[in-house]
Amino acid sequence: MGMIFSLVAVIFLAAIAFMGAKLNLFGLFGVAIPYLAVLVFIAGFIRKVIKWGQSPVPFHIPTTCGQQKSLPWIKQSKLDNPSTTLGIIGRMALEVLLFRSLFRNLKTHRTDGGPVYGSNKWLWLGGLAFHVTFFVVFIRHLRFFTEPVPAWVNTLDVVDGFVQVGVPHMLITGVVLLAAATYLLLRRIFNPQVKYISLPADYFPLFLIIGIAVSGILMRYFIKVDIIKVKELTMGLATFKTTVPDGIGGIFFIHLFLISVLFAYFPFSKLMHLGGVFMSPTRNLANNSREVRHINPWNPKVKLHTYEEYEDEFREVMKSEGLPVEKE
Amino acid sequence: MAIKPKPNELLSGINYKPPLKQWMDEPVEFKKGYYCYGAKPKNLEYIGFPNGREWNSSEQDWKLVDNWKEIFLEGMENLLKKFRSFRLFMDICVRCGACADKCHFFIGTGDPKNMPVLRAELLRSIYRRYFTVAGKLGKIAGARDLTEDVFKEIWYYYYQCTECRRCSVFCPYGIDQAEITMMGRELINLLGCCTDWISGPLANCYRTGNHLGLQPHTIKSNFDYMLDDLEEHTGVRVEPTFNRKGAEILFVTPSADFFAEPGVFTCMGYLLLFHYLGLDYTWSTYASEGGNFGLFTSNEMMKRLNSKIYAESKRLGVKWILGGECGHMWRVLHQYMDTMNGPADHLEAPVSPITGTRFDNAKSTRMVHIAEFTADLIKNGKLKFDPSRNDNLNVTFHDSCNTSRGMGIFEEPRYIINSVCNHFHEMPDNTIRENTFCCGSGSGLNAGEIEELRMLGGLPRAHAVKYVKEKHGVNMLSCICAIDRAVLPPMIDYWMPDVGVCGVHELVGNALIIPGEKERENNLRGEPLPGMEEKGEEE
Repeated sequence: MGMIFSLVAVIFLAAIAFMGAKLNLFGLFGVAIPYLAVLVFIAGFIRKVIKWGQSPVPFHIPTTCGQQKSLPWIKQSKLDNPSTTLGIIGRMALEVLLFRSLFRNLKTHRTDGGPVYGSNKWLWLGGLAFHVTFFVVFIRHLRFFTEPVPAWVNTLDVVDGFVQVGVPHMLITGVVLLAAATYLLLRRIFNPQVKYISLPADYFPLFLIIGIAVSGILMRYFIKVDIIKVKELTMGLATFKTTVPDGIGGIFFIHLFLISVLFAYFPFSKLMHLGGVFMSPTRNLANNSREVRHINPWNPKVKLHTYEEYEDEFREVMKSEGLPVEKE
Repeated sequence: MAIKPKPNELLSGINYKPPLKQWMDEPVEFKKGYYCYGAKPKNLEYIGFPNGREWNSSEQDWKLVDNWKEIFLEGMENLLKKFRSFRLFMDICVRCGACADKCHFFIGTGDPKNMPVLRAELLRSIYRRYFTVAGKLGKIAGARDLTEDVFKEIWYYYYQCTECRRCSVFCPYGIDQAEITMMGRELINLLGCCTDWISGPLANCYRTGNHLGLQPHTIKSNFDYMLDDLEEHTGVRVEPTFNRKGAEILFVTPSADFFAEPGVFTCMGYLLLFHYLGLDYTWSTYASEGGNFGLFTSNEMMKRLNSKIYAESKRLGVKWILGGECGHMWRVLHQYMDTMNGPADHLEAPVSPITGTRFDNAKSTRMVHIAEFTADLIKNGKLKFDPSRNDNLNVTFHDSCNTSRGMGIFEEPRYIINSVCNHFHEMPDNTIRENTFCCGSGSGLNAGEIEELRMLGGLPRAHAVKYVKEKHGVNMLSCICAIDRAVLPPMIDYWMPDVGVCGVHELVGNALIIPGEKERENNLRGEPLPGMEEKGEEE
C-alpha cells in the first residue's frame, strides 16, 4: 500500500510539472519553485541540525567494535574502537565514505540444527553504489551552474564517460545510480523482512530519485532538450539574474520539479541521515571514558541510600559478625 | 524448572517470514512465557518510584493512572531534550533492514517485532505522531496514536530486548536499540510498570547494597563457606577483610559471585589470586554489588545505585578500585560511572602494586577490570601456573555483550585463558567479539516466568557452542559475566547438555600454584583433577 501510494504520488508530481510546462508556467517551475525548494532545504536542514545539537550527549556511549586501548602490549583496534580524536576521524571517514558498518552485514539462515550466519555484502554494495554515483552526478551538474566550467568538472565528465558508448557519451554514473536505486526498491518489494518494515516514507524518496534519474537520462539521450537554453536558465538561477527562456521542453521541467520536491522534502524525512550520521554518539565518541571524564550538563541530583543509613539498619548484625562499624 | 516444549519443537516453530498484514494493524498478543510479572508496589515505593499499584501484566486492565498518556508524552519530550541519541535515533533510521536479523530474539523467535528496527518503530510511530509535523498525517506518515494497546505493545517488546547492542554494530548510523530500549523503559517506569524481576533487585540493592538482598552477616557467612571449601581443595586458608579502612584497593564484583554456583568458583579464583599476591584490598558489604539494574530502569536509578562504589571507596580511604567479572556492571563502570558520580578526586590513578604498571586507560575513573589486572600480572611473570590442572577442560570463550560492545575487552581474557589452559577453541567468527550473541537473559530478563523466551533468545549462542562442542570437543564455556554464569548453565543444558560454564578466574584459581598449598587433587568445584581420578572411574 505504501509503495503504490508513493508511486502514484511521484507520477502525480511529474504530471504537475508537465502540465506546468504545457501551460508555459516557466517562471513558476523554472525559478520560483526551485528557489523555494533550496530555501526550504537549507533552512530545514539547519533547523534540524540545531534541534539535534540542542539535546546534549549526557553519556559516553560509543559502540565498540574492536579491542580497547588498555595495556601497552595489547594491540588496540584503532579504527573500530578508537580512543583518540584522530582515531575518531578515521572511524567516521570509514563510516561515511565506505559504509564500514554495512560492510559487516551478515545474513542469518535457518537450518535444522539452528541458525548460521553468512556474509552478505549486497546491501553494502548497492548502498555504496547508490550514494557514490548520486554524489558524482550531483557534482557533474555543477557545469550547469558555473561559467566557465571548472576543469575538474569537465574531467569528471570525461572519466564518467570512459566507456564511450553512444552520442553523447553514456555517463556510467547515471546508469549505475538508476540501477542501484532500482535494486534498493526491489529489495523493499521482494525481501519479506524489508517489505514488512517499509513505510511510504521509504518508497517515496526512492521513486522520486528514480524519477529524477529516468528524466535526466531521457533528456540526455532520447528526448533531447535545448541544452543552451537550459544552461541559460540554470546560470540565471546561479547568478540571481533569472531568465526564463522558452522552448526548453516539458521533460526538463519534470526533472527540475522532482529535484525541487526532493530538496524541499529532505529536511523533514529520513534523508536527514546525511547530517545525522556525523552526530551519532555511538560512532563519533572516542572510547576513552575511563581516561577522560565525560560531563553530563544536566547531571541530576538524586536521593541516595548512604552508608550511615545502611549501618543504622544493620549495625547489630555487622557487630555480631565482627564487621567494623563507624558508630558503636 | 524446565519448560515444556522440547528443543526441536521450539526450533521447528521458528519462521523468519513476517506476516503479510501491516505491522500497525497487527495488535500485540501477550504470549505466555514471553512476558514478565509486573512490579509489586512495595518495591517501587521503597525506591521512590511513582504509580506503584497492585496489577497483573496478564490481565486486560493494567490499572494505569488516568493521565498516563500525558505522563508518557511529557516524559518522552523530556527525554528528547535530554538525550541527543534519542532524538537522532528517532529521526534518521532509513529502515534499510541491516539490523533485522542481528537480534538474538528475532533469530530465536522469528517475531518480526523483534527486529530491532521494528522494535524502535514501535516508539518512533509515537514520536512522529506527537513530535513531528508530518506525523499529524497519521498512518501514511508512519505515525499512530498512543493507546493503551500501543503502550502494552511497547512494554511487551521493550522487555524482549536485552540491550546487547549487537544491532548497533551493523547499523550504518550506529542507531543503538539498547539506547532506545533504555528510553522506552524510562517511560514505562514513569507509569509504575517495571517488571517484578527488575524492581525487586532494585529495592534490594538500594537497601542492602546488592541485588540479592544479602545482609552483611549473610555475606560474611557465605564467604565462610567458600573459604572452607577453598581450604579443603587447596590447603590454603584465605582470610579476606570486609569494610576495612585504609586498604589500598576496594574490590567490587557482582553479588552473584559470592552467592551461587558457578559464580562462587570464580569468586574462589579471585580470593586465591589476591591471597597469593598478598594484595592489600578489602571487600565492602555496603557496596557489595557491581551489577546495576538501574541500567535497565532509568538513568537516575543507575546513578543512585552506582554512587555507593565511590562513596564507599571514599569512606574506606582506598587508593583505587578493582572490579570483578561482569558484563553490564562494566558497561556502567566504563561508560557511566565517572560522568554520573565522579570526579573521583579522592582516589589515585591506579597502579598495580605488584608490577608497578600504571593503568592509564583508567586514570580518571580509577577503576580497573580484573582481566586487565591479571593479564598484566601474567605478562610480567608474577604468576606461576600449572595449566595441566585444567587439562580435563576444553575451553571456549563467550564475549559478553556489554564488555564487548560497550568497552572492547577481547584480548585480555583470551590471554589469561591461554596462559592457564592448554585447550582453547574459538567459536565461529560471526558469533564472538563485537559480533557476540547475548546469553538471552541480560538487562533484567532472567525471570523464571519467561524461560521459553530466554531459551529462544539464547539459541544463537547455544548453537555456536554446539558447533565447537562437535568440532573440537569443547566442554567448558568460559565468560566474564555474572549474568552469563547464572543463565548459561540451564540454557546450554537445554539445547545441548554436557558443557559447563565458568568464569575466567575460576580457571586461574585452578591453575595458580600457591606456596604452601597441598598437592591439589580437586579443582575449585571439588571435582578430581586430571590424573587424580580413581583408577577405572574414568572409563
